[in-house]
Amino acid sequence: MLLIECPWCGPRDEVEFRCGGEAHIARPQDPDALDDAAWADYVFMRTNPKGWHRERWCHSQGCRRWFNVRRSTVSHEITAVYKMGEEPPEAEGSAQ
Amino acid sequence: MADAKRSPLAFMTSALAEAEVPDAVALRELSPRTQIDLRGEVADPAFAGTVESALRLTLPRTPNRVADAGGLLALWLGPDEWLLVGPEASDLEARLRSALSGQHVAITDVSANRTVLELGGPKAREILNKGCPLDLDPRVFGPGQCAQSILARAQLLLHQRDIEPTYHLYVRGSFAFYAASWLIDAMKEYRFAKRGGRRER
Ligand SMILES: [Zn+2]
Repeated sequence: MLLIECPWCGPRDEVEFRCGGEAHIARPQDPDALDDAAWADYVFMRTNPKGWHRERWCHSQGCRRWFNVRRSTVSHEITAVYKMGEEPPEAEGSAQ
Repeated sequence: MADAKRSPLAFMTSALAEAEVPDAVALRELSPRTQIDLRGEVADPAFAGTVESALRLTLPRTPNRVADAGGLLALWLGPDEWLLVGPEASDLEARLRSALSGQHVAITDVSANRTVLELGGPKAREILNKGCPLDLDPRVFGPGQCAQSILARAQLLLHQRDIEPTYHLYVRGSFAFYAASWLIDAMKEYRFAKRGGRRER
């Protein structure tokens, strides 16, 4: 069970949250200009790394706010939590 | 006394009362109250100031805090969202609407959304934590604090009233029977623990 630090509510049990997948995927500025392959890439394709991953989480049973988390997909260690619109912290290179 | 027409647990009034374990824990449903969900930008003085002068109540900006102005409560639900709780007969919504007219806000009457259970006594914290993942240790969570979480898989808005501790549990009307039944069951063991304790002495 993870203890996730909501930027508003502080540390809460994982059961109060919902994971929303990879973070920082920008919606294309001009969707009409995209062909099917490019649109499919935006909608479906994710990096799925083994290691550090920036992802969106929602405190769905708490304050219902979305925020970002940097979590290791190997160890589940969380090294950063930051609000929507904030700059992501420096990428973690070594620790996996 | 809860109103039979409106209170989801009116039919359980005696079951809730009978669940009491003297000197350990007691449970009851509180009478219906006016509940208004208020959303707005608290950093905007036009919003925060207007609410303050209209209700004589300062909206809490610190997460999970409750402001109490002579019985009118404002529970923090989010950085731009509060639950205002007042007496059943109240012009709260009308007062807010006229004071905030023209502003980018949302004022929603959610009185029928949740009913309020009062769980109090020295064992109340322990009983809640059987089904609620919140850290309720007095060093972390005390009177004047609120939190949204889960009680045995049902949505919960919790407000600690005093150090006894007494809690007010806001639960959805449709989950009220489930939550109350779960609480009655969770309270049961203290009845036996108490009897056992007496026998040994
Ligand atoms: Zn939260």
